[in-house]
This record gives sequence, structure tokens and C-alpha cells, in this order.
Amino acid sequence: MSMVHNSSALASKPVPGSAISANWPGRVIVYGAVALIGLALALAPFLFPDVRSQEVAARICVFIVLVASYDLLIGYTGIVSFAHTMFFGLGAYGTAIALKTMGPGLESILVGGGIGVVAALVLALLIGLLSLRVKAIFFAMVTLSAASVMMVLASQLSDFTGGEDGITYSIPRLFSPAVELLSDAEGKAVRVFGVPLNGKIALYYFVFISALVLFLAMMRIVASPLGSVLKAIRENELRAEAIGYRVVVYRTTIFCIAAGIAACAGILRAVWLKYTGPDVVLSFDIMIDILLMVVIGGMGTMLGAVIGVVLMTLAQYYLKDLMALGAEATGNLPLVPDLLNPERWLLWLGLGFILLVYFFPSGIVGTLLGKGGQK
Amino acid sequence: MSDTSIPFRTRMSAGIDRFGGVMLLPVVLAFIAFVLIGQPSTWATLTIAGLAMGMMIFLMASGLSLIFGLMDVLNFGHSAFATAGAFVGATVLAWLGFWVTGGNPALNLAGLLLAIAAATIFGALAGWFFERVVIKPVYQDHLRQILITVGALIVAEELVLLIWGGAPIPVPRPAVLTGSIVFAGVSVEIYRIFAFLLGLVVYVAMYLVLNRTRLGLLIRAGVENREMVEALGFRIDRLFILVFMAGSALAAMGGAMWAGYQGLITAALGSEMMILVFIVVIIGGLGSIQGSLLGALLVGLMANYVAFLVPKMALASNMLLMMAILLWRPYGLLPAVKR
Repeated sequence: MSMVHNSSALASKPVPGSAISANWPGRVIVYGAVALIGLALALAPFLFPDVRSQEVAARICVFIVLVASYDLLIGYTGIVSFAHTMFFGLGAYGTAIALKTMGPGLESILVGGGIGVVAALVLALLIGLLSLRVKAIFFAMVTLSAASVMMVLASQLSDFTGGEDGITYSIPRLFSPAVELLSDAEGKAVRVFGVPLNGKIALYYFVFISALVLFLAMMRIVASPLGSVLKAIRENELRAEAIGYRVVVYRTTIFCIAAGIAACAGILRAVWLKYTGPDVVLSFDIMIDILLMVVIGGMGTMLGAVIGVVLMTLAQYYLKDLMALGAEATGNLPLVPDLLNPERWLLWLGLGFILLVYFFPSGIVGTLLGKGGQK
Repeated sequence: MSDTSIPFRTRMSAGIDRFGGVMLLPVVLAFIAFVLIGQPSTWATLTIAGLAMGMMIFLMASGLSLIFGLMDVLNFGHSAFATAGAFVGATVLAWLGFWVTGGNPALNLAGLLLAIAAATIFGALAGWFFERVVIKPVYQDHLRQILITVGALIVAEELVLLIWGGAPIPVPRPAVLTGSIVFAGVSVEIYRIFAFLLGLVVYVAMYLVLNRTRLGLLIRAGVENREMVEALGFRIDRLFILVFMAGSALAAMGGAMWAGYQGLITAALGSEMMILVFIVVIIGGLGSIQGSLLGALLVGLMANYVAFLVPKMALASNMLLMMAILLWRPYGLLPAVKR
């Protein structure tokens, strides 16, 4: 059986904006949206100073890195892995355990995060060498099993990981709201647009800049010769092998790179949240989120990760509110309020996801740009 | 690349394997466990528990394996059928009420069989719907298959939550199957014996259908070389929908059995079992029910022995088992799919 993905039959249907001549509006929309998102994230502490928006902005930053690194696998190389949260969790747990045991210093983040990233790399190397030579579906199952074992380990080795409750810890003092980055004559923190420049801002920009650097690094990777080889492997594995590229080596390399970046995202998440537990870094729900974000945004397009993450995260935080309103408004109808119950939002998401995979397999960005992972 | 590197095993050596070879692995495992545990009665109880658990996993795994073998479709939504089966079975048991909990053993059994039958029929119908609506449009495209079946799994789990709610539901166990019998100092839960026997019956039935009927011949031929069977003029897509319905029905049956075994079920039942089912399918090799049975028994025994010896390692041990077997035989112990 060949492993060539031939979804192009569907993808090449005349969808709006897919023809080359009509491509420029799509381009403008995508690049404009990404620029807008980048700007909003860069200025988030000043534009949206309330706590919940800050949380949303930081989550978006971390997930853009996580989802883009997953896109390296699924979109650019055609590897389906379900172990991405495992690597994310390794980075987060490494940082969390170091901060807990070594005290809240920057060096704890370096040491713990470093150990987490190395562990992720080693594990990725092992899994990759062991099972990337077999077919895609085997690999998907192996990673799924590995991820669930990691989840069980995290909840059972409670001496290290705090079990189901997770770990709460303090982060370096630089990042606490009590620290003033710039103080004025009265010894208070300088305010910019009415927002005090305190440690909370420093923490946000630590997350934002790290995420930006990681994202740009990934943009560089996909534009490099390595990225071209990966795309070749995705398009036709046999041909890539025949030209002389060692498919297993390239696949394992990109799997390790993606794992390492996911672990870095885990570090950011752990530092921002001051808490690490199975629910926030390891659970299968997060894996599903990542998958949905990649596919919604568009596989094989780095910018798709940005769009997908922003849409999904906004939906997670704000669609539920909307559904609660809907459920209230329709309270006296049969069944409708149940369907609109905020807890059932995944139902609608799942349905939307299936329709998306049917009709727009290259996702929002892929469709708008007239390209995508699966052509 | 992969086409040439797969060891092509002839029918004859597969036959040798079946009599000796890898089929003896569960026995070896049981023997090692016997030495480690040391108490014969404990060992016997654990072994029977492991065999019963293995048989229930076998029900869920065999369908998945065959579906993959025949049509190259990996259904990540397979666990939804197990969950749905569990809930349908539990609902029917609750409806029958006195039938199940009353003192009449015949009515008890009739009630239980009715519940299992309801779950199985539901599984078959849901499987038909699933194949037509979800799987059909994405034949031959692995990536989108995985994505779509994961999406369908989410929807199915949400529907279960919508209908039955999020709180755990108690499953009434038929009075005749509660309690345990003591035989030569070994106490054995009756339900486990029932589960084991049911699994055995299903296995034998499947084996006979696959090896003694024309339909089974076509299915096995399709697993081995689909294009050739199609070229000979058989409508393999019709065959496939039949296999898909049967596989889903078996998953639902396994789910219902597991529900009775657990006594308390939640919507997460399917996804929890799915890991074990995947491990079984990988260990056993894709496309063969013998492989599924072997894998399921190994996993069931391993889970019970390790849960007794080193409780914290229970799930990890099966993962390690899978790793070891993949290193030894990258395509599983008894693969029927040679591609």
C-alpha cells in the first residue's frame, strides 16, 4: 500500500481564493490577520490589561509554539504523532520540579527546563528510531500508547510530580507583580497607558519573546533545505528515498526537533502558570486541542498555526459564554438548552472539525493561500 | 521502502507458529508469574482474571484489527462503539430491572443476553452509519482518516454525555453471575468465567466463519490482496461494510461485557480501554484474529500479574511488553497484512 496522501482530489475543488489569479485577497487576509495578531500579542499587557485577557494572550503565545512544532510533524512531514503533549509535559514538569526543589531562581528554570528538553529529545530519539520506520498508522498508535503511559506515570509517581494535584511553586522574584521594573521619583512603578511596569509585565514579555524566537526559528527551519526534504518525504516517501535521502534519519531528526520545541513551550507554560499538573500539560484533551488547531489553521502552513490557535483559544474562552447565554435564552424549549450547554461545546467543535476535514482539508490558511500541506 | 523490508511469511511457517512458537507466549508468561508469585491459589485467581480481561479486550480488538487488515482503515473512533455498547447494555439491564436482579437464574441470563444483544445490534447499526457517513469519503487517505475518526470520537463521546450525563452510572449485575465459587481453594468470580466463555465462543465462531465459509475465504483473500479480489469481480466494499459492522458490533459487545465487569461506567470507558486495545492490535499484528487473541491474552495476563506484583507498573508494563515485541517483531506476532 502506498502512503501517499491523495486528498488533492478534494482539495483541488474550486474553493474561493484557490485559483492563482484570485489569490491576492487571500494573501492580504492571512498576512493582515497574522500581523494584527502579532501586534495585539506584542502590546497585550497595555491593550488588554485585565487578568483574564492576559491569561488568554499568554496561552495563545505558548500554544502557537506548541501547535507550530506539531505542524512540523503532521503538516510538513506527514507524521501523525499523539505524543506531543508528552514532550510538552516533560518540559513543564522539569521546570516545575526544579523550581520546587531548587527554589525560585532563574537558574532553576535553566536547569529544570534543560533537563526536560534533554529528556524529551532522548525519548523522541528512542521512539523515532524504534517506530518511525513502520507505517504512519503504527506510529500513531505507538505514540498514543507512550503518551498515555507518561500520563499514568505522572499521576502515580506522586513523590516527584504531585500526582493528580500537580505541583504549585513560586517563580523567580523578577516575575512577581511586587517588583518594579522602572520606578519614578516617588518610588512607584512607572505607568505606561495606566499600566504599571511591574514583574507581571516582565513575565509576559519573557513568554512572548521566547515564543516569538521559537516561532521564527521554526519559520527558518521550514524555509531551509531540511524543510524542503521534509516536504519531499511527505509528498512521496519512496521517491525521496530513491533520490538518496535517508527518510528514517530525516523523520527522526524532525521528530526530535519538534519534541524539543514542544518541551520549550512546556517551560513557558510552567513559568507562566506557577502550577503544573496532568490536566494543564499532559491530558489527552490538550492533544486533541493541538490537533484541532493545526487542522483548522491549515496543515503545512506555519501561519496556519497562528490563526488556528487564536480562533480556538478565543472560542474556548468566549464561545462558552455565548453558549451559556444561548442555553438561557432557549431555556423552555426541549433539548435545545442541553445542546447549547457550555459543557457540550466540544460537540459542535467536533462536528465543525469533521466538516472542515471533508470540505477544506487544507484549513483556513491553506485555503486562503491556495496551498497547503496536502497538495 | 516498507514493501520490501517486511518479512514475508508463508502459510506453512504461519501454521508452525500457530501450534508452537508465539502462541506459547501466554503460557511462558503464566509460568514466570507463577515462579514470582509463589502462592498457587493467588496465581490461579490472577490467571483467571487475566484470561477474562483478555477475552473482553479481544472482543474490542479483533474488529479493529480486521477492519484495518481488510481496508487499510484505522478507526480511532472504535472506542466510541465500546462506550456506546456499555451504555446501551447498562440501560437495557436497568430497564429489565427484576428480570436481572430477581432470583430466577433463567430470567437473569435471558436479561443479560438481551442486554448484550441490544448493545451488539446497536453497535452494528452505528457501525453501518459510521462507515457510510464518516469513513467512506476518506478511503485511502490515512491522515484524513485519523483526523476524521478522532473528530467522530469527540462527537460520539459528547453525544453519550448528552444522553446519559456525566455522572458515573451503576450497572446492575445479574444475580446468577454475582459472587464467586471456590474450587480447590481458588476463589473465582462467576462473571469472569462467563466473560471468558463468551469470548471463547465468539473467537471460535469467528474462526469458523473466517476459515470454513465462502464469506470468510473472501475476507481473508481481501486482507491478503484487495486488488486481486476486486479484479476477480467481487464487490469488496460490500464485504468491507459487513466487516465494519461486525467489528463495531463486537466492540459494543466487549463494551457491554466490560460495563458489567466494572459495575460503574462513565463516558471515558472507551478511551481508557482503547490504549489496551491498541497495544493488543500492535502486539498481535494487524488483520489477524489469532494475533488479536494472543495479544489480548498476553495483555490481560500481564495487567493482572503486574497489578499484583508491582501495582504502579500496571499500564506501563503493557507498554514495555509492546516495545519489546516491536523490537523483536516489528509487525507484531501474527500479522496477516503483508504490506
